[in-house]
Amino acid sequence: MAGLIAYGAYVPYHRLARTDVAAVLGTGAGKGTRAVAGYDEDTTSMAVEAARGALARDGLRPRIGQLFLATAAPAYLDKTNATAVHAALGLDEHVLAADMAGSVRSGLAALVTAARSPVATLTVLSDLRTGLPGGGDEVAGGDGAAAFVFGGHRNGAPVLAELLAHDTVSDEILDRWRLPGAPASRVWEERFAEEIYVSLADKALSGALEQAGLEREAIDHFVVSGLHARACASVRRTAGVAPEAVTPDLTGTIGNAGTAQPGLLLADVLDRARPGETIALVVLGDGAGVLLLRTTDALPAHRGARPVAAQIAAGGAPMPYATYLSWRGLLDREPPRRPDPEPPCAPPAHRRSGWKYGFVASRCEKCGARHLPPDRVCTSCRSVDAMTAEPMEQVRGTVATFTVDRLAHTPSPPMLVVVVDYDDGGRFRCQLTDATEADAVIGARVEMTFRRTVTAAGVHNYFWKARPVRAGGTGEARG
Amino acid sequence: MSSHGIRDRVAIVGMGCTPFGEHWTRSADDLLIDAVGEAVTSAGITLDDIDAYWFGTQASGVSGLTLSRALHLPHKPVTRVENMCATGSEALRNACYAVASGAYDMAMAVGVEKLKDSGMSGLSGTVIPGAGDDSRGEITAPANFSLLAPAYAAKYGLAQDELKDVITRIAWKNHVNGARNPRAQFRKEVPPERIRSAPIVAGMLGVFDCSGVSDGSAAAIVVRAEDAHKYTDRPVYVKALSFVAGPADGLLDPAYDFTTFPEVVASAREAYRQAGITDPRAELALAEVHDCFTPTELVLMEDLGFSERGQAWQDVTSGVFDLDGPLPVNPDGGLKAFGHPIGASGLRMMFEAWLQLRGEAPPERTVRSVAEGRSLALTHNLGGGPGECVSFVSVVGSELTD
Repeated sequence: MAGLIAYGAYVPYHRLARTDVAAVLGTGAGKGTRAVAGYDEDTTSMAVEAARGALARDGLRPRIGQLFLATAAPAYLDKTNATAVHAALGLDEHVLAADMAGSVRSGLAALVTAARSPVATLTVLSDLRTGLPGGGDEVAGGDGAAAFVFGGHRNGAPVLAELLAHDTVSDEILDRWRLPGAPASRVWEERFAEEIYVSLADKALSGALEQAGLEREAIDHFVVSGLHARACASVRRTAGVAPEAVTPDLTGTIGNAGTAQPGLLLADVLDRARPGETIALVVLGDGAGVLLLRTTDALPAHRGARPVAAQIAAGGAPMPYATYLSWRGLLDREPPRRPDPEPPCAPPAHRRSGWKYGFVASRCEKCGARHLPPDRVCTSCRSVDAMTAEPMEQVRGTVATFTVDRLAHTPSPPMLVVVVDYDDGGRFRCQLTDATEADAVIGARVEMTFRRTVTAAGVHNYFWKARPVRAGGTGEARG
Repeated sequence: MSSHGIRDRVAIVGMGCTPFGEHWTRSADDLLIDAVGEAVTSAGITLDDIDAYWFGTQASGVSGLTLSRALHLPHKPVTRVENMCATGSEALRNACYAVASGAYDMAMAVGVEKLKDSGMSGLSGTVIPGAGDDSRGEITAPANFSLLAPAYAAKYGLAQDELKDVITRIAWKNHVNGARNPRAQFRKEVPPERIRSAPIVAGMLGVFDCSGVSDGSAAAIVVRAEDAHKYTDRPVYVKALSFVAGPADGLLDPAYDFTTFPEVVASAREAYRQAGITDPRAELALAEVHDCFTPTELVLMEDLGFSERGQAWQDVTSGVFDLDGPLPVNPDGGLKAFGHPIGASGLRMMFEAWLQLRGEAPPERTVRSVAEGRSLALTHNLGGGPGECVSFVSVVGSELTD
């Protein structure tokens, strides 16, 4: 049986309290928080983080045959974004990497495509939800990513959840839309689509259950996802599934991550489901889709490296609303009186992609000295071209010295800079992210994270930063 | 390996230095014309006497044409040199070697920089081209040098507050000296409490921990030592010129601890060897060092052998390097108060050595050590930052060695 062989989720560190939006804008106060992608994150970088979580297990990366990145907020148009994810993961060049971008429904499409693909497929759902200040989408939205690898027995990897069946129905319906470049979606009067979605969900669910030969009572975890909150609530209530099987939608803590929401909710269920349980994932949007999965005995030993609940718990204290607005480009702050940042040059970024995207260092074969970035000449014994590539993305380090740069260009001043000495050798100076000044101290433990360091002249500069190792949260990496 | 040095083979017989500061009404051309003019006048020569030029600027021009066009030099060799903040010193070093080699009878070193036209704060023209993949990331100069502070404090057991007091005293001292220098950019003493409480720029550094961003130019005329007395009764003889570009492995190698500049240690050792100096703190009359930021001067006191390792902070506190101390450091105010137009700074340092060794510094900042019989001065230039830098050390003297 084919099925899911790995998964991972990424919830960014930052949170926005809905009451803070209300306090600043004088609107009605919402409850809870939403997850906020850092100023140095986009759907591509979050996709990398989620995929790293899914591929933390040894031996998985070489099995991947194709990669799909689904997002409604692609970092680039025309240019493929999945290739940056591919480069950061160091996948083989023959692995197809392609975007499924533009619509929230692309998340469902990527999951279904992966689930029924004959080759092991890494599918990453990533989204960064925004809206106009004070709008419903802004406070209800959330940012995050989730990654899944579907494969099966042909691939030799243990299946964590068998794919029992899937079904989709498509429907052209104008309930939510956005012109390219517009800052926010527009929605039709909500009640118009609610009944339609309830009906579409029922069709898809019935279709999938019928294929699997199951009744609705057999569903142990009923996951309903979609941007139409009223419709999702109706489906949860009326689908004929036991109320205790209906899973929480996490919107109170991280918001609705759009394209990534079904992924985050499924990952959260997989974090806790027991072997032999049936999961129904329902996704609403321009139709409906259902995936039916049954967990296996292999699940407990191979859960995602970073549980969703732990990442939620490890989130930072809510950030000021003004900071959120400036990170989103909705509040244009005075830049420092410094020359504008330069974009990376295409040829060096291409010829050094192993370093820039993959964070692959080199180690001297003669004396063992490790070099970040990779060098041709050894700093220690001066041997030339006697280097072995050494991936560093999983290697942790310790801060040797640090500074707080209050003049440097950064969308979120001041810039924290640390000199990191890596476990088992090597040193690199880089930015510290998801951190406060109190985290920048000599001796602090850090790990690496893939970020968009700056966007200059219309070019996103992707590179790695350090972040504090945090117990129980995004800092914990197993495998 | 053999480095022979050129002790007492060449002499400086004329110098010029513009006031450093915000020259809103003057261009780089204006500044270098003034510095060159003053140097020529002080040597009693004309530009026709000069056989070759070494011209240093980091970002205020390219090629020898920047100098020859401004002065309308008639078909003379002009070499533009650049070695980051050691650019002015590099121009002088090459001019000295050109004369010592016998290739020319008289050479001129000129340095200039115009920083204030950019509208930016800090050293805006000093972006170092990296690998081009932008994986290095921008870090400003004060942030780069501020990396020294927590490392020094941790290694020698100082609290952050104690180290802040030490670097504050360095800034205070250099402002005291600059206040006595009519050519300096900042000519006011600044109370320590104002330095200490100034807005923070990077790490532990406030605005008063940073050198002045300024415009300026300086020039020196070099001849063979035996010809020196044709031009002046008080030539300054070149005893040592030492320059190194480090292997730039401090940001790669965890063995580097951010409390020293190995490049400075190496260049100082070589300079002392060339000059025959064994105890710099006792033998030098003064030192002009590269105090781009206050923690730099602290670390330099140890790297140049003026203080034992881990002791410089105590020597700073006890006034060893004050204007009236046992070894005055930066009596002209240093980069801190005199200002730091990159290409000119190395020659500005030499200008102070020139004035002090010839007894021409204004009385209120004349170092006592010259009158007490010391005749050697050191200048030190550094470019880059902790872990990756170039370093220059010169020793000059007012007397020929027996």
